[in-house]
Amino acid sequence: MNQLFKELRLAGVSRHFDNPSGQRVAALHELTLTIKRGEFICLLGPSGCGKTTALNCIAGLLPVTGGTISLDQHRIDLLPPEKRGFGMVFQNYALFPHMTVRKNVAFGLMMRGTPAGEIKTRVARAFELVQLTGHEDKLPGQLSGGQQQRVAIARAIVIEPPLLLMDEPLSNLDAKLRLEMRAEIRRIHRQLGRTTIYVTHDQEEALSLADRIVVMKDGLVQQVATPEEVYAQPANIHVARFMGYRNVLTLNAGTRNGQRIALEGQGLTLEGAVKQDPGGKAAVAIRPEDISVGSGPNTIAGKIENVEYGGHESLIDVRAGNDVLLHVRTGARVKMGEAVTLTVAPERVLVYLAETA
Amino acid sequence: MSAMAARSPFRTDGTWLLVGPAVIFLMLFFIYPFGYGFWLSFNPAEGAWSANYQKFFSDEHLWRTLIVTFQLSLPVTILNVGLALPIAFQLRRKTRYQRWVTTLLVIPITLGTVLIAEGMLTYFGPRGWLSQFLQLLHIYDGPIRLTHNFTGVVLSLVISGFPFAFLLTLSYVTGIDPTLARAAATLGAGPWDQFRHIYLPLLAPGLAITFCLAFVQAFSVFPSAVLVGAPSGPTRVISLAAYEAAFEQYDYSMASAVAMIMGFAQLIVVVAVLGLRRGLYRGPVGGGKG
Repeated sequence: MNQLFKELRLAGVSRHFDNPSGQRVAALHELTLTIKRGEFICLLGPSGCGKTTALNCIAGLLPVTGGTISLDQHRIDLLPPEKRGFGMVFQNYALFPHMTVRKNVAFGLMMRGTPAGEIKTRVARAFELVQLTGHEDKLPGQLSGGQQQRVAIARAIVIEPPLLLMDEPLSNLDAKLRLEMRAEIRRIHRQLGRTTIYVTHDQEEALSLADRIVVMKDGLVQQVATPEEVYAQPANIHVARFMGYRNVLTLNAGTRNGQRIALEGQGLTLEGAVKQDPGGKAAVAIRPEDISVGSGPNTIAGKIENVEYGGHESLIDVRAGNDVLLHVRTGARVKMGEAVTLTVAPERVLVYLAETA
Repeated sequence: MSAMAARSPFRTDGTWLLVGPAVIFLMLFFIYPFGYGFWLSFNPAEGAWSANYQKFFSDEHLWRTLIVTFQLSLPVTILNVGLALPIAFQLRRKTRYQRWVTTLLVIPITLGTVLIAEGMLTYFGPRGWLSQFLQLLHIYDGPIRLTHNFTGVVLSLVISGFPFAFLLTLSYVTGIDPTLARAAATLGAGPWDQFRHIYLPLLAPGLAITFCLAFVQAFSVFPSAVLVGAPSGPTRVISLAAYEAAFEQYDYSMASAVAMIMGFAQLIVVVAVLGLRRGLYRGPVGGGKG
């Protein structure tokens, strides 16, 4: 299975389990996705959304309860993990504590029966790639979190897997190291030209790394799109909420004119852009950075209730309409208690079907 | 200087006094009797100071007990740990049956040696259930001798010693992070390689401890050697020799010498096993931070 493939096809991949009260629950429901060689795919969603389940199903660590996984023409969903030959980086790194870092990295090659000489050169190259040369003879416990993480990456890539799976590999690192490692992972991906599937709950991480993002919630795929599209045009209100549209209002839908629609309720009158036909009640999503202080279309009058200074920009809370709290990110210098006028372009007021609770 | 003071074990708040009861208990019930026995063993009723030891190692009736005890306890220990490891390994994942099987395997630990011997005589004895059953079905028609010999004592020591070795091993096995084996699997290791390269090296230090404890338990065999063994010959173990010296010949000095030899023999094995253990990895068995 160690040859390069053209595409990895997931068709209706599901994973069910029986919860303690005996009900059958889907941790992952009919994931269908085709991944091309060389792509960087992020599975993004809150905890419990099924993203790690999906990754474990692809790796072969969890048996699927429905659907198929194929590499080009070959079905692989019935193969054990050791026969699939995918590299995997675990959230807690899962380094073998009793082996030196060198042995950890060499383990996959050893299992493949690679000649000793070749193991030596490939392991040395992997250490160079993750910039850990000089630490080879330490035990994992003697390394810092960031170094352990890089060992885990080296161990997974040294076998030159056709597919590299990563399960929130940066979640245990501090903010500075996380940024560095993010760039590192992207660099390694480009350098090796292999396919990567990366699981994260951090939308910023997904936006910066992925060629395509798969947004998930409750075991269901919500949207599959490029980072730009997911960011600017979320497919539904769940995705919008997850992608940082912090202002979500429930308003009455009025007359529709092409993609534009009139909205009214909670003491506000707005014009928005239809993403999903809302019917009567609409869920309206606006990103804090799309609202600006000043006058223009969609004028909203309000009073500033809170100011969080953030250097270049501040995050302010504005009380408007009938007691609606709006979050606004602005560079304007404003003070607590001031009256303020806000404006937002109609194409940045995204209108969705209201959530059915 | 204040940092030095803070590091001193004798803190001024007097919490160190809490070890008092344990120290007194150890002194009264272990150190003193041991020291007294040691002294007593070198003060024989007659002859030179080492007369007891000379007698033990020159009288075949005595020194043979040491060999017999090793012949019993070493195979039994290997059998107990060897059986415990694969069973505990199979039960490492939480399954519906795990608790049920574990309970079943551990029940014998609650039974006393004498009770086990009683049961064995009824079940394994010449006219016991097992032999009646085998003869009824004509599976084996010859005489079945599983008690009152070496085999009987081995069986008894396995029945009483296995649950102990199993429980210890199970706690070591379940302490190992299962993601390590999963990581090995993604790197191409099949079930056997996962066991050999991941589980076994991480378990080895725990197995060494289990071996030591199981060995000491088996080495001090006494009731079952009499009740289901052949105490006049094949299962005349060293504790029996000490008992005879103390309570049949009333030679406490000789009995102490036998007890000292017994303790020393156990110590040699434990020290050897722990010495081997020093060469093993003994750090945490997790896969990393978090």
